[in-house]
Amino acid sequence: MKLNKFKSSEITPENIYRNRRQFIKKMGIVTGTALVSQNIITSALSYTPETERKITPYKFATTYNNYYEFGTSKSDPHKNSKDFITTPWNIKIDGEVENEITLSVEEIKNMIPSEERIYRFRCVEGWSMVVPWLGFPLNKLLNKVKPTSKAKFVKFTSVYDPDQMKGQRFPILNWPYKEGLRIDEAMHPLTIMVTGLYGKELPNQNGAPLRLIVPWKYGFKSAKAIVNIKFVEKMPISSWMNASPKEYGFYSNVNPNVSHPRWSQATERVIGENIYSPRIKTLMFNGYGDEVAGLYDGMDLRKNF
Amino acid sequence: MIRIFKPTIFVLCLVPFIIIAYQIIFNKLGAEPVKEVTHLTGEWTLRFILLSLAMTPLKTITKILVWIKYRRMLGLFAFFYGTLHLLTYIGLDYQFNLVPIIDDVFNKKYIFIGFAAWLLMMPLAVTSNQKMVLILKQNWKKIHRLSYLVGIFAVLHFIWLSKTIFFEPLIYLIILITLLSLRLDFIKFLFKKKTVT
Repeated sequence: MKLNKFKSSEITPENIYRNRRQFIKKMGIVTGTALVSQNIITSALSYTPETERKITPYKFATTYNNYYEFGTSKSDPHKNSKDFITTPWNIKIDGEVENEITLSVEEIKNMIPSEERIYRFRCVEGWSMVVPWLGFPLNKLLNKVKPTSKAKFVKFTSVYDPDQMKGQRFPILNWPYKEGLRIDEAMHPLTIMVTGLYGKELPNQNGAPLRLIVPWKYGFKSAKAIVNIKFVEKMPISSWMNASPKEYGFYSNVNPNVSHPRWSQATERVIGENIYSPRIKTLMFNGYGDEVAGLYDGMDLRKNF
Repeated sequence: MIRIFKPTIFVLCLVPFIIIAYQIIFNKLGAEPVKEVTHLTGEWTLRFILLSLAMTPLKTITKILVWIKYRRMLGLFAFFYGTLHLLTYIGLDYQFNLVPIIDDVFNKKYIFIGFAAWLLMMPLAVTSNQKMVLILKQNWKKIHRLSYLVGIFAVLHFIWLSKTIFFEPLIYLIILITLLSLRLDFIKFLFKKKTVT
Protein backbone atom coordinates (compact mmCIF):
# COMPACT_ATOMS: atom_id res chain seq x y z
CA MET A 1 0.00 0.00 0.00
CA LYS A 2 1.07 3.47 -0.75
CA LEU A 3 -0.33 5.01 2.35
CA ASN A 4 2.99 5.60 4.05
CA LYS A 5 3.68 8.17 1.40
CA PHE A 6 1.01 10.39 2.83
CA LYS A 7 2.19 11.34 6.24
CA SER A 8 0.43 14.52 7.15
CA SER A 9 3.62 16.47 7.70
CA GLU A 10 4.73 15.56 4.21
CA ILE A 11 1.60 16.35 2.30
CA THR A 12 0.81 19.71 3.80
CA PRO A 13 3.15 22.33 2.41
CA GLU A 14 4.13 25.02 4.82
CA ASN A 15 2.36 27.86 3.08
CA ILE A 16 -0.87 25.92 3.08
CA TYR A 17 -0.30 25.18 6.73
CA ARG A 18 -0.02 28.86 7.44
CA ASN A 19 -3.07 29.63 5.35
CA ARG A 20 -4.91 27.08 7.36
CA ARG A 21 -4.20 28.96 10.56
CA GLN A 22 -5.55 32.12 8.99
CA PHE A 23 -8.46 30.16 7.83
CA ILE A 24 -9.31 28.89 11.24
CA LYS A 25 -9.21 32.43 12.48
CA LYS A 26 -11.51 33.53 9.70
CA MET A 27 -13.74 30.59 10.38
CA GLY A 28 -13.97 31.65 13.96
CA ILE A 29 -15.46 34.88 12.78
CA VAL A 30 -17.77 33.25 10.32
CA THR A 31 -19.17 30.46 12.43
CA GLY A 32 -18.82 32.13 15.79
CA THR A 33 -19.27 29.75 18.67
CA ALA A 34 -20.41 26.90 16.53
CA LEU A 35 -17.58 24.52 17.38
CA VAL A 36 -19.23 23.15 20.47
CA SER A 37 -21.76 20.57 19.48
CA GLN A 38 -19.31 17.80 18.73
CA ASN A 39 -16.24 16.07 19.90
CA ILE A 40 -13.78 17.93 17.69
CA ILE A 41 -10.05 18.16 17.97
CA THR A 42 -9.21 21.34 16.14
CA SER A 43 -5.63 21.31 17.35
CA ALA A 44 -4.90 17.98 15.72
CA LEU A 45 -5.91 18.66 12.16
CA SER A 46 -3.98 16.16 10.17
CA TYR A 47 -4.80 17.63 6.81
CA THR A 48 -6.47 20.75 5.54
CA PRO A 49 -5.52 21.74 2.05
CA GLU A 50 -6.88 24.95 0.59
CA THR A 51 -7.56 27.48 -0.01
CA GLU A 52 -7.40 30.38 -2.31
CA ARG A 53 -11.10 29.99 -2.64
CA LYS A 54 -13.67 31.35 -0.27
CA ILE A 55 -15.75 29.05 1.87
CA THR A 56 -19.26 28.68 0.47
CA PRO A 57 -21.92 30.38 2.61
CA TYR A 58 -23.57 27.91 5.00
CA LYS A 59 -26.96 28.83 3.58
CA PHE A 60 -26.06 27.54 0.13
CA ALA A 61 -24.21 24.42 1.28
CA THR A 62 -27.34 23.37 3.16
CA THR A 63 -30.08 24.44 0.75
CA TYR A 64 -28.61 23.57 -2.63
CA ASN A 65 -28.25 19.80 -2.62
CA ASN A 66 -28.56 16.81 -4.87
CA TYR A 67 -30.19 14.11 -2.78
CA TYR A 68 -32.75 12.38 -4.97
CA GLU A 69 -34.10 10.35 -2.06
CA PHE A 70 -35.79 13.58 -1.01
CA GLY A 71 -36.65 14.85 -4.51
CA THR A 72 -34.89 15.78 -7.73
CA SER A 73 -34.91 19.56 -7.30
CA LYS A 74 -31.94 21.17 -5.52
CA SER A 75 -34.22 22.74 -2.94
CA ASP A 76 -36.14 19.51 -2.22
CA PRO A 77 -33.66 17.90 0.22
CA HIS A 78 -33.74 20.91 2.53
CA LYS A 79 -37.53 21.08 2.39
CA ASN A 80 -38.33 17.37 2.55
CA SER A 81 -35.76 16.05 5.01
CA LYS A 82 -36.77 18.11 8.04
CA ASP A 83 -38.49 15.23 9.84
CA PHE A 84 -36.07 12.52 8.78
CA ILE A 85 -35.18 10.39 11.83
CA THR A 86 -31.50 9.54 12.19
CA THR A 87 -31.44 8.01 15.68
CA PRO A 88 -30.97 5.20 16.35
CA TRP A 89 -28.70 4.47 13.39
CA ASN A 90 -26.47 1.47 12.89
CA ILE A 91 -23.79 0.84 10.34
CA LYS A 92 -22.82 -2.68 9.46
CA ILE A 93 -19.36 -3.43 8.12
CA ASP A 94 -19.33 -6.87 6.53
CA GLY A 95 -18.60 -8.84 3.38
CA GLU A 96 -15.11 -10.19 2.82
CA VAL A 97 -13.97 -9.59 6.39
CA GLU A 98 -12.95 -11.91 9.21
CA ASN A 99 -14.98 -10.06 11.82
CA GLU A 100 -18.09 -8.29 10.65
CA ILE A 101 -19.29 -5.60 13.03
CA THR A 102 -22.31 -3.40 13.58
CA LEU A 103 -21.74 -0.04 15.23
CA SER A 104 -24.11 2.72 16.15
CA VAL A 105 -23.32 6.21 14.96
CA GLU A 106 -22.91 7.24 18.60
CA GLU A 107 -20.33 4.52 19.16
CA ILE A 108 -18.45 5.54 16.05
CA LYS A 109 -18.45 9.22 17.02
CA ASN A 110 -17.20 8.40 20.50
CA MET A 111 -14.54 6.05 19.20
CA ILE A 112 -13.15 8.29 16.48
CA PRO A 113 -12.98 12.04 17.05
CA SER A 114 -13.90 14.33 14.20
CA GLU A 115 -11.63 17.00 12.81
CA GLU A 116 -12.25 19.82 10.39
CA ARG A 117 -11.45 19.35 6.69
CA ILE A 118 -11.95 22.18 4.25
CA TYR A 119 -12.45 20.57 0.88
CA ARG A 120 -13.49 21.66 -2.56
CA PHE A 121 -16.66 19.87 -3.65
CA ARG A 122 -17.21 19.46 -7.39
CA CYS A 123 -20.55 18.23 -8.70
CA VAL A 124 -20.68 16.30 -11.98
CA GLU A 125 -23.22 18.90 -13.14
CA GLY A 126 -20.50 21.55 -13.33
CA TRP A 127 -20.77 23.52 -10.09
CA SER A 128 -18.60 23.59 -7.00
CA MET A 129 -18.47 24.63 -3.38
CA VAL A 130 -15.83 24.84 -0.65
CA VAL A 131 -17.14 23.17 2.49
CA PRO A 132 -15.62 22.89 5.98
CA TRP A 133 -16.59 19.30 6.82
CA LEU A 134 -16.22 17.69 10.20
CA GLY A 135 -15.21 14.08 9.97
CA PHE A 136 -12.54 11.45 10.26
CA PRO A 137 -10.53 9.39 7.81
CA LEU A 138 -12.58 6.42 6.64
CA ASN A 139 -9.53 4.20 7.18
CA LYS A 140 -9.90 4.65 10.93
CA LEU A 141 -13.30 3.02 10.71
CA LEU A 142 -12.32 0.38 8.18
CA ASN A 143 -9.37 -0.63 10.38
CA LYS A 144 -11.88 -2.01 12.90
CA VAL A 145 -12.31 -5.03 10.64
CA LYS A 146 -9.84 -7.42 9.03
CA PRO A 147 -10.52 -7.79 5.30
CA THR A 148 -9.88 -11.23 3.82
CA SER A 149 -7.46 -11.66 0.94
CA LYS A 150 -10.41 -11.65 -1.48
CA ALA A 151 -11.43 -8.09 -0.63
CA LYS A 152 -10.64 -5.65 -3.44
CA PHE A 153 -13.37 -3.03 -3.27
CA VAL A 154 -15.58 -1.34 -0.72
CA LYS A 155 -19.28 -0.98 -1.42
CA PHE A 156 -21.38 1.65 0.33
CA THR A 157 -25.13 1.34 0.68
CA SER A 158 -27.32 4.22 1.75
CA VAL A 159 -30.53 3.89 3.71
CA TYR A 160 -33.73 2.63 2.06
CA ASP A 161 -36.79 4.11 3.71
CA PRO A 162 -39.49 5.16 1.22
CA ASP A 163 -41.83 6.08 4.08
CA GLN A 164 -39.51 8.89 5.05
CA MET A 165 -37.86 9.48 1.68
CA LYS A 166 -40.49 10.19 -0.91
CA GLY A 167 -38.07 10.18 -3.83
CA GLN A 168 -37.58 6.47 -3.19
CA ARG A 169 -41.23 5.82 -4.03
CA PHE A 170 -40.31 6.41 -7.68
CA PRO A 171 -37.78 4.55 -9.81
CA ILE A 172 -35.55 7.61 -10.25
CA LEU A 173 -32.50 5.51 -9.38
CA ASN A 174 -31.89 1.92 -8.43
CA TRP A 175 -32.67 2.24 -4.71
CA PRO A 176 -31.08 2.04 -2.24
CA TYR A 177 -28.27 4.32 -3.39
CA LYS A 178 -25.09 2.35 -3.91
CA GLU A 179 -21.53 3.56 -4.37
CA GLY A 180 -18.10 2.02 -4.34
CA LEU A 181 -14.38 2.64 -4.05
CA ARG A 182 -11.26 0.60 -4.59
CA ILE A 183 -9.76 -0.34 -1.21
CA ASP A 184 -6.75 1.93 -1.68
CA GLU A 185 -9.10 4.84 -2.49
CA ALA A 186 -11.19 4.08 0.57
CA MET A 187 -8.09 3.88 2.78
CA HIS A 188 -6.61 7.11 1.41
CA PRO A 189 -6.21 9.73 4.15
CA LEU A 190 -8.19 12.31 2.16
CA THR A 191 -11.26 10.05 2.12
CA ILE A 192 -13.39 10.92 5.11
CA MET A 193 -16.58 9.95 6.85
CA VAL A 194 -18.45 13.14 7.61
CA THR A 195 -20.32 13.83 10.84
CA GLY A 196 -20.85 17.56 10.50
CA LEU A 197 -20.15 20.77 8.63
CA TYR A 198 -19.39 24.39 9.52
CA GLY A 199 -18.78 23.29 13.10
CA LYS A 200 -22.29 21.92 13.40
CA GLU A 201 -24.07 18.59 13.34
CA LEU A 202 -24.57 17.23 9.83
CA PRO A 203 -27.97 18.44 8.56
CA ASN A 204 -30.30 15.79 7.15
CA GLN A 205 -30.16 17.28 3.66
CA ASN A 206 -26.38 16.86 3.62
CA GLY A 207 -26.54 13.14 4.40
CA ALA A 208 -26.95 12.77 8.15
CA PRO A 209 -26.01 11.00 10.23
CA LEU A 210 -22.93 9.76 8.42
CA ARG A 211 -21.80 10.31 4.85
CA LEU A 212 -18.73 9.83 2.74
CA ILE A 213 -16.61 12.58 1.20
CA VAL A 214 -14.07 11.75 -1.49
CA PRO A 215 -12.87 15.21 -2.49
CA TRP A 216 -11.11 14.31 -5.76
CA LYS A 217 -14.20 12.62 -7.21
CA TYR A 218 -17.49 14.05 -8.43
CA GLY A 219 -19.94 14.68 -5.63
CA PHE A 220 -22.24 11.75 -6.36
CA LYS A 221 -19.47 9.32 -5.33
CA SER A 222 -19.78 10.63 -1.77
CA ALA A 223 -22.76 8.55 -0.61
CA LYS A 224 -25.05 9.95 2.07
CA ALA A 225 -26.83 8.36 5.04
CA ILE A 226 -24.76 5.19 4.87
CA VAL A 227 -26.03 2.01 6.57
CA ASN A 228 -23.71 -0.61 5.17
CA ILE A 229 -20.05 -0.81 4.20
CA LYS A 230 -19.20 -4.06 2.49
CA PHE A 231 -15.80 -5.38 1.46
CA VAL A 232 -16.23 -7.13 -1.88
CA GLU A 233 -14.14 -8.95 -4.44
CA LYS A 234 -15.75 -7.54 -7.59
CA MET A 235 -16.14 -3.91 -8.60
CA PRO A 236 -19.49 -2.75 -7.25
CA ILE A 237 -22.06 -1.32 -9.66
CA SER A 238 -23.11 2.07 -8.32
CA SER A 239 -26.65 3.41 -8.71
CA TRP A 240 -25.48 5.97 -11.25
CA MET A 241 -23.52 3.39 -13.25
CA ASN A 242 -26.69 1.35 -13.29
CA ALA A 243 -28.77 4.34 -14.46
CA SER A 244 -26.42 5.36 -17.27
CA PRO A 245 -23.26 3.28 -17.69
CA LYS A 246 -21.91 5.38 -20.57
CA GLU A 247 -22.07 8.56 -18.54
CA TYR A 248 -21.10 7.57 -15.02
CA GLY A 249 -18.10 5.33 -14.54
CA PHE A 250 -16.86 3.60 -11.43
CA TYR A 251 -13.96 6.00 -10.87
CA SER A 252 -15.64 9.35 -11.63
CA ASN A 253 -12.52 11.30 -10.76
CA VAL A 254 -12.82 15.01 -11.39
CA ASN A 255 -11.16 15.43 -14.78
CA PRO A 256 -11.44 18.57 -16.94
CA ASN A 257 -10.10 16.67 -19.96
CA VAL A 258 -12.77 13.98 -20.02
CA SER A 259 -16.15 15.52 -20.59
CA HIS A 260 -19.44 14.03 -19.58
CA PRO A 261 -20.94 12.66 -22.83
CA ARG A 262 -23.55 15.41 -22.69
CA TRP A 263 -21.70 18.38 -21.22
CA SER A 264 -18.18 19.71 -20.76
CA GLN A 265 -16.26 19.31 -17.50
CA ALA A 266 -13.57 21.86 -18.36
CA THR A 267 -15.00 24.63 -16.19
CA GLU A 268 -17.24 25.01 -13.18
CA ARG A 269 -19.53 27.58 -11.69
CA VAL A 270 -18.79 28.65 -8.12
CA ILE A 271 -21.81 28.45 -5.83
CA GLY A 272 -22.66 31.67 -4.04
CA GLU A 273 -21.04 33.96 -6.60
CA ASN A 274 -23.11 36.68 -8.24
CA ILE A 275 -24.69 36.47 -11.64
CA TYR A 276 -21.84 38.26 -13.44
CA SER A 277 -19.06 36.02 -12.12
CA PRO A 278 -17.31 33.90 -14.72
CA ARG A 279 -16.83 30.15 -14.55
CA ILE A 280 -13.50 28.94 -13.20
CA LYS A 281 -11.25 26.24 -14.63
CA THR A 282 -11.78 22.77 -13.22
CA LEU A 283 -8.61 21.21 -11.84
CA MET A 284 -7.42 17.65 -12.43
CA PHE A 285 -8.50 15.48 -9.47
CA ASN A 286 -10.27 18.62 -8.23
CA GLY A 287 -6.86 20.04 -7.26
CA TYR A 288 -5.83 17.02 -5.17
CA GLY A 289 -3.54 15.54 -7.82
CA ASP A 290 -0.42 15.74 -5.66
CA GLU A 291 -2.06 13.49 -3.13
CA VAL A 292 -4.02 11.06 -5.28
CA ALA A 293 -2.61 10.92 -8.82
CA GLY A 294 -0.39 8.03 -7.74
CA LEU A 295 -3.45 5.85 -7.18
CA TYR A 296 -4.05 5.84 -10.93
CA ASP A 297 -0.53 5.44 -12.28
CA GLY A 298 -0.55 3.76 -15.66
CA MET A 299 -4.33 3.84 -15.97
CA ASP A 300 -6.11 5.27 -18.99
CA LEU A 301 -8.38 7.78 -17.29
CA ARG A 302 -10.38 8.29 -20.47
CA LYS A 303 -11.35 4.62 -20.39
CA ASN A 304 -11.59 4.41 -16.62
CA PHE A 305 -13.74 7.51 -16.31
CA MET B 1 -64.02 40.74 -26.34
CA ILE B 2 -60.81 40.03 -28.20
CA ARG B 3 -59.88 43.69 -27.88
CA ILE B 4 -59.70 43.32 -24.13
CA PHE B 5 -58.38 39.78 -24.03
CA LYS B 6 -55.46 40.25 -26.36
CA PRO B 7 -53.70 43.06 -24.46
CA THR B 8 -54.39 41.26 -21.17
CA ILE B 9 -52.78 38.08 -22.41
CA PHE B 10 -49.89 40.08 -23.81
CA VAL B 11 -49.19 41.55 -20.37
CA LEU B 12 -49.61 38.13 -18.72
CA CYS B 13 -47.01 36.70 -21.11
CA LEU B 14 -44.59 39.39 -19.95
CA VAL B 15 -45.00 38.52 -16.26
CA PRO B 16 -42.28 35.82 -16.21
CA PHE B 17 -39.88 38.28 -17.84
CA ILE B 18 -40.68 40.94 -15.24
CA ILE B 19 -40.20 38.47 -12.38
CA ILE B 20 -36.87 37.25 -13.75
CA ALA B 21 -35.67 40.84 -14.24
CA TYR B 22 -36.73 41.68 -10.68
CA GLN B 23 -34.85 38.63 -9.34
CA ILE B 24 -31.71 39.60 -11.22
CA ILE B 25 -31.79 43.22 -10.07
CA PHE B 26 -32.47 42.36 -6.43
CA ASN B 27 -30.19 39.34 -6.37
CA LYS B 28 -32.88 36.82 -5.45
CA LEU B 29 -31.74 33.91 -7.58
CA GLY B 30 -30.03 31.80 -4.92
CA ALA B 31 -26.95 29.62 -5.06
CA GLU B 32 -26.39 29.46 -8.80
CA PRO B 33 -27.99 32.58 -10.34
CA VAL B 34 -26.80 32.02 -13.91
CA LYS B 35 -28.15 28.50 -13.96
CA GLU B 36 -31.41 29.72 -12.46
CA VAL B 37 -31.88 32.37 -15.17
CA THR B 38 -30.95 29.83 -17.83
CA HIS B 39 -33.43 27.38 -16.40
CA LEU B 40 -36.25 29.90 -15.98
CA THR B 41 -35.94 31.38 -19.48
CA GLY B 42 -35.61 27.88 -20.94
CA GLU B 43 -38.64 26.58 -19.14
CA TRP B 44 -40.78 29.54 -20.20
CA THR B 45 -39.64 29.06 -23.81
CA LEU B 46 -40.80 25.47 -23.66
CA ARG B 47 -44.11 26.45 -22.06
CA PHE B 48 -44.82 29.04 -24.75
CA ILE B 49 -43.90 26.60 -27.52
CA LEU B 50 -46.34 24.08 -26.11
CA LEU B 51 -49.00 26.74 -25.52
CA SER B 52 -48.75 27.91 -29.11
CA LEU B 53 -48.96 24.29 -30.25
CA ALA B 54 -52.07 23.85 -28.13
CA MET B 55 -54.17 26.46 -29.94
CA THR B 56 -54.99 24.47 -33.08
CA PRO B 57 -56.05 21.32 -31.18
CA LEU B 58 -58.12 23.52 -28.87
CA LYS B 59 -59.88 24.91 -31.90
CA THR B 60 -60.59 21.42 -33.20
CA ILE B 61 -61.87 20.15 -29.88
CA THR B 62 -63.91 23.15 -28.78
CA LYS B 63 -65.01 24.18 -32.27
CA ILE B 64 -64.30 27.77 -31.29
CA LEU B 65 -62.12 29.68 -33.73
CA VAL B 66 -60.88 32.35 -31.35
CA TRP B 67 -57.93 30.27 -30.10
CA ILE B 68 -56.17 30.82 -33.39
CA LYS B 69 -56.05 34.56 -32.73
CA TYR B 70 -53.57 33.95 -29.90
CA ARG B 71 -51.36 31.45 -31.68
CA ARG B 72 -49.05 34.01 -33.28
CA MET B 73 -48.56 35.99 -30.08
CA LEU B 74 -47.74 32.88 -28.06
CA GLY B 75 -45.33 31.74 -30.73
CA LEU B 76 -43.58 35.09 -30.76
CA PHE B 77 -43.26 34.98 -26.98
CA ALA B 78 -41.69 31.52 -27.33
CA PHE B 79 -39.13 33.13 -29.64
CA PHE B 80 -38.66 36.04 -27.21
CA TYR B 81 -37.97 33.77 -24.23
CA GLY B 82 -35.88 31.45 -26.39
CA THR B 83 -33.71 34.38 -27.42
CA LEU B 84 -33.31 35.45 -23.78
CA HIS B 85 -32.38 31.85 -22.97
CA LEU B 86 -29.73 31.80 -25.69
CA LEU B 87 -28.36 35.20 -24.62
CA THR B 88 -28.12 34.01 -21.01
CA TYR B 89 -26.08 31.04 -22.13
CA ILE B 90 -23.79 33.03 -24.42
CA GLY B 91 -23.49 36.24 -22.40
CA LEU B 92 -23.88 35.33 -18.74
CA ASP B 93 -22.76 31.72 -18.65
CA TYR B 94 -19.86 31.87 -21.10
CA GLN B 95 -19.30 35.64 -21.06
CA PHE B 96 -19.16 35.74 -24.87
CA ASN B 97 -16.22 33.35 -24.85
CA LEU B 98 -16.96 31.73 -28.21
CA VAL B 99 -14.49 28.84 -28.15
CA PRO B 100 -16.29 26.70 -25.55
CA ILE B 101 -19.64 27.71 -27.02
CA ILE B 102 -18.77 26.52 -30.51
CA ASP B 103 -17.28 23.37 -29.01
CA ASP B 104 -20.54 22.78 -27.12
CA VAL B 105 -22.76 23.39 -30.13
CA PHE B 106 -20.95 20.81 -32.22
CA ASN B 107 -20.08 18.25 -29.59
CA LYS B 108 -22.90 18.31 -27.09
CA LYS B 109 -26.16 17.05 -28.50
CA TYR B 110 -28.41 18.90 -26.07
CA ILE B 111 -26.78 22.22 -26.95
CA PHE B 112 -26.89 21.37 -30.65
CA ILE B 113 -30.57 20.54 -30.63
CA GLY B 114 -31.43 23.52 -28.45
CA PHE B 115 -29.59 25.83 -30.80
CA ALA B 116 -31.29 24.15 -33.76
CA ALA B 117 -34.68 24.75 -32.13
CA TRP B 118 -33.89 28.43 -31.78
CA LEU B 119 -32.69 28.66 -35.40
CA LEU B 120 -35.90 27.01 -36.60
CA MET B 121 -37.94 29.56 -34.70
CA MET B 122 -36.33 32.39 -36.69
CA PRO B 123 -38.11 31.82 -40.00
CA LEU B 124 -41.33 31.36 -38.06
CA ALA B 125 -40.90 34.69 -36.30
CA VAL B 126 -39.91 36.49 -39.51
CA THR B 127 -42.90 35.15 -41.46
CA SER B 128 -45.38 35.59 -38.65
CA ASN B 129 -47.07 38.80 -39.77
CA GLN B 130 -50.21 39.05 -41.88
CA LYS B 131 -48.35 40.36 -44.92
CA MET B 132 -46.20 37.25 -45.03
CA VAL B 133 -49.26 35.04 -44.80
CA LEU B 134 -50.60 36.72 -47.94
CA ILE B 135 -47.30 36.65 -49.79
CA LEU B 136 -46.43 33.03 -48.99
CA LYS B 137 -49.97 31.66 -49.41
CA GLN B 138 -49.87 27.85 -49.37
CA ASN B 139 -46.19 27.85 -48.46
CA TRP B 140 -46.88 29.71 -45.23
CA LYS B 141 -48.63 26.68 -43.79
CA LYS B 142 -45.76 24.44 -44.83
CA ILE B 143 -43.15 26.71 -43.27
CA HIS B 144 -45.08 26.95 -40.05
CA ARG B 145 -45.22 23.19 -39.72
CA LEU B 146 -41.63 23.69 -38.55
CA SER B 147 -43.20 24.51 -35.20
CA TYR B 148 -43.78 20.77 -34.62
CA LEU B 149 -40.05 20.23 -35.07
CA VAL B 150 -39.32 23.15 -32.74
CA GLY B 151 -41.48 21.48 -30.08
CA ILE B 152 -39.77 18.11 -30.52
CA PHE B 153 -36.29 19.67 -30.44
CA ALA B 154 -37.08 21.77 -27.38
CA VAL B 155 -38.37 18.79 -25.39
CA LEU B 156 -35.40 16.67 -26.47
CA HIS B 157 -33.12 19.51 -25.36
CA PHE B 158 -34.66 19.39 -21.89
CA ILE B 159 -34.52 15.58 -21.66
CA TRP B 160 -30.90 15.43 -22.77
CA LEU B 161 -29.65 18.08 -20.40
CA SER B 162 -31.34 16.54 -17.38
CA LYS B 163 -29.65 13.89 -15.29
CA THR B 164 -32.88 11.92 -15.19
CA ILE B 165 -36.17 12.19 -17.08
CA PHE B 166 -38.06 12.38 -13.77
CA PHE B 167 -40.22 14.36 -13.51
CA GLU B 168 -40.36 17.65 -15.36
CA PRO B 169 -38.88 16.50 -18.71
CA LEU B 170 -41.27 13.56 -18.68
CA ILE B 171 -44.28 15.82 -18.10
CA TYR B 172 -43.31 18.07 -21.01
CA LEU B 173 -42.76 15.02 -23.21
CA ILE B 174 -46.24 13.70 -22.44
CA ILE B 175 -47.83 17.09 -23.19
CA LEU B 176 -45.92 17.35 -26.49
CA ILE B 177 -46.92 13.85 -27.58
CA THR B 178 -50.54 14.65 -26.73
CA LEU B 179 -50.51 17.92 -28.69
CA LEU B 180 -48.87 16.39 -31.74
CA SER B 181 -51.05 13.33 -31.81
CA LEU B 182 -54.17 15.49 -31.70
CA ARG B 183 -53.07 16.65 -35.14
CA LEU B 184 -53.12 13.16 -36.59
CA ASP B 185 -56.03 12.69 -38.93
CA PHE B 186 -57.42 9.55 -37.37
CA ILE B 187 -57.49 11.17 -33.93
CA LYS B 188 -59.18 14.28 -35.28
CA PHE B 189 -61.64 11.93 -36.90
CA LEU B 190 -62.44 10.40 -33.51
CA PHE B 191 -63.29 13.80 -32.13
CA LYS B 192 -65.55 14.60 -35.06
CA LYS B 193 -67.32 11.29 -34.79
CA LYS B 194 -67.93 11.72 -31.09
CA THR B 195 -69.52 15.09 -31.53
CA VAL B 196 -71.77 13.84 -34.33
CA THR B 197 -73.21 11.01 -32.28
